[in-house]
Amino acid sequence: MKCDVVIVGSGGAGLVAAIRAAELGKDVVVVSKGYPTEAQTSMAQGGINAASTQQDIQQHIEDTLRSGQGLADPEVVEFVCTQAPKAIKWLDSIGVPFDRDDKEIARRKLGGASNPRACYAQDYTGLKILHTLYDNALKLGVRFVHEHFLLNIISEDNRAYGVTLLDKRSTQVKQLLSRAVILATGGFAKIYGPFSTNGEGSFGEGIAAAMRAGAKLSDLEFVQFHPTALAKSAILISEAARGLGAKIVNQKGEQFIDELATRDKISRAIYEQLAIGNEVFLDMREIGEEIIQRELPQERKLAMIYENVDPAKELLPIKPAAHYTMGGIDTESNGGTNIAGFFAVGECANVKLHGANRLGGNSLLELVVMGKRVGESAAAVSLEIEEKNFERTLIDSNFIKAVFTLPNSIDFMERKEFLQKVLFHNAGIVREELALKGVLSVIRQHQKELAFMGIKDKSPLYNTELIAFLEYGNMVELTEAMVVGAVQRNESRGAHYRKDHPKTKEEYHAHTFIWKEDGVLCADFVKQNITKN
Amino acid sequence: MKIKVRRYHPHFAPPTIEMEYDIPQDVTLLQALSHIKRHIDRTLTFSFMCRSGVCGSCAMRVNGKEVLACEYKVQENDIIEPLQFTPTLRDLVSDKKSALETLERSKAYPLNMEEVELEQADIAFLQRQSDCILCSSCYSSCPVYEVNEAFLGPFALTRVYRYVCDKREQKKKEHIDAIVENGIWDCTLCGNCTEVCPQGIDPKNDILMLQSWAAKFGYTNPHMGSFGSFGLEF
Ligand SMILES: Cc1cc2nc3c(=O)[nH]c(=O)nc-3n(C[C@H](O)[C@H](O)[C@H](O)COP(=O)(O)OP(=O)(O)OC[C@H]3O[C@@H](n4cnc5c(N)ncnc54)[C@H](O)[C@@H]3O)c2cc1C
Ligand code: SF4
Ligand code: SF4
Ligand code: FES
Repeated sequence: MKCDVVIVGSGGAGLVAAIRAAELGKDVVVVSKGYPTEAQTSMAQGGINAASTQQDIQQHIEDTLRSGQGLADPEVVEFVCTQAPKAIKWLDSIGVPFDRDDKEIARRKLGGASNPRACYAQDYTGLKILHTLYDNALKLGVRFVHEHFLLNIISEDNRAYGVTLLDKRSTQVKQLLSRAVILATGGFAKIYGPFSTNGEGSFGEGIAAAMRAGAKLSDLEFVQFHPTALAKSAILISEAARGLGAKIVNQKGEQFIDELATRDKISRAIYEQLAIGNEVFLDMREIGEEIIQRELPQERKLAMIYENVDPAKELLPIKPAAHYTMGGIDTESNGGTNIAGFFAVGECANVKLHGANRLGGNSLLELVVMGKRVGESAAAVSLEIEEKNFERTLIDSNFIKAVFTLPNSIDFMERKEFLQKVLFHNAGIVREELALKGVLSVIRQHQKELAFMGIKDKSPLYNTELIAFLEYGNMVELTEAMVVGAVQRNESRGAHYRKDHPKTKEEYHAHTFIWKEDGVLCADFVKQNITKN
Repeated sequence: MKIKVRRYHPHFAPPTIEMEYDIPQDVTLLQALSHIKRHIDRTLTFSFMCRSGVCGSCAMRVNGKEVLACEYKVQENDIIEPLQFTPTLRDLVSDKKSALETLERSKAYPLNMEEVELEQADIAFLQRQSDCILCSSCYSSCPVYEVNEAFLGPFALTRVYRYVCDKREQKKKEHIDAIVENGIWDCTLCGNCTEVCPQGIDPKNDILMLQSWAAKFGYTNPHMGSFGSFGLEF
């Protein structure tokens, strides 16, 4: 199969890019590992940022830069914040049902914002944006290839020619050739497993595949933790709860942190309480049942299902959980990477909008503004592609066959759970050199053991154990790169907190770059331009 | 606690069997299935993603009724089966391809939107319909599929209605034109879809509303064609 632009990932980023490239007359194929609307974008509740006045555009830029702690690129930030009002207008014009306040699109205030500027559709903002994009993509005749798992990017001589995919239904490996490849595969916060708000699937295979193809990754060590996730399931309880007056207390009823502090500070405070054996709760009782039911119906329902707790009447047990990954495939401001014809956008990419910490509501915005730009960049690629069998496809096909014959003497699911726990406690909210190095040796041990793992389910039909195993393999590869970044950054900045280096240091006012050369991991720092040129 | 799962694998003889599993108390169906896969049987096959009722991937049937596995609390002796009217690929995973194709066939997307000033009341009007997570529960519950597999079905029609009642949409008639055949008049108004929808959407009512829109554009219910004469001869 062959097309102009192949996009892996059907979240907001992938669909906006698809719509734009299709509008420009390109034959576009969107690949996803599940069905198109099963992307994590459906889970975003809070809102999408866009200033409503000229003055607030400036403040939006400032808020974003402040939150990025020196690692957000001022040019990118200015571009995205300036385009934001147009992005909302466009979403409105294609049918997104944003809530209104009088005759204007309503806006609410999220943490870190100096003004209310998050546009929303009840607590289903991401869901409604995603489904409206899907409807529009169908209308434009975008082709969807669902239930296909990305294995690798086909690249030769520093140019991308397409991707290799595993058809989940048949376990056949296929190649999909294209003039341009866009990865929009989302973030990797699920590497923390039960300590993550993310959906199953955010393990970062796209980012790992990009690294294998020779792309540079940047700033992987910056992982945002959200302070209020349900204790048992890590399902997110949105900031709106605290906005309405919810308190954070321990089992003795003590309030140990200002609820309106930044996400990283609250997360750390809760983490420390849990570390000394305390329990932590969100106390929403004073908000009152009526308001809770009206403003947070989703959250109340999920608390009752997963914690057996009605937050209107009882204390809700919480813990902090990995929520968003700022780093990813390093891109230029047009979404291009160091590989010709290969682009990345959305949470899997690092265009340096968020820097060391993301502002709530800026991620959905990035999907729309950057998605459009990357769709244009990819549409502009001209290249005659020759339809031939690439070696990559053969290698991947043999690899999949080999997985079925692995000895399976070590259970990968057990290893995965172990690694997730180790990551949360040693490479999560609070980090220090010795512990991080310990994590690295665990990861390297797991890498060696991969050949002794394998799968019990030998069926070639819809083998979900095989998919989980492939996710795990990618996770181990990517996690190593993330931890190397965390070890190297001997400072605390934004979401990266080092107990042994609690201060921000000027010498680290730079991006961490990580890539592979002949299978060897290389790392370097590159200074961030502070001023616009 | 015990539950029964209807397993299916086309290469096995017989392809369908019912298996009983021991699961922990007080868990969601998704947690129960994950427990089985992790600790009892790696071959058990099912889909999920968000575990919070928004991605639509985990719909299945419990004791004959559609639920989202991530929102349903398991009861003793529950019988778990895949969705109906869509081919089963393996165990609890259904092929949703033909269900999703109803969206294109019914043109369940904006045709021509124009900038129109909206108020909250206009948004509230299509709020429920646009909560749809495309889980296919309603599709699986719809008896029309027993007799007519070309039926456009509840979620596609709800989505069409969502665009028809959007003030920004200009081409309302074209929407109606796309859903008169194998669409609004084929629904028996049984209400199953409304009963099972995890998002509280009421496709049955939306179909009724679409019928009155169709009437406005001069369409009549073909099944009522001989109404009045009742086939009686005088
Ligand atoms: C609970 C929650 C609430 C949030 N709330 C907000 C909010 O209010 N505001 C905000 O701005 N941000 C929010 N975020 C963050 C935001 O939702 C995400 O950053 C954003 O949706 C990512 O979109 P994306 O398009 O990059 O990728 P995703 O939506 O994650 O989509 C990834 C796509 O890639 C595909 N894919 C991945 N791997 C493979 C593979 N190996 N093979 C094939 N396909 C693959 C998937 O199938 C999927 O289609 C929230 C996040 C969470 C988890
Ligand atoms: S009301 Fe109509 S669409 Fe809904 S289940 Fe019954 S027949 Fe199907
Ligand atoms: S209408 Fe309800 S049941 Fe039907 S697909 Fe949508 S959310 Fe699922
Ligand atoms: S797992 Fe997403 S709806 Fe159940």
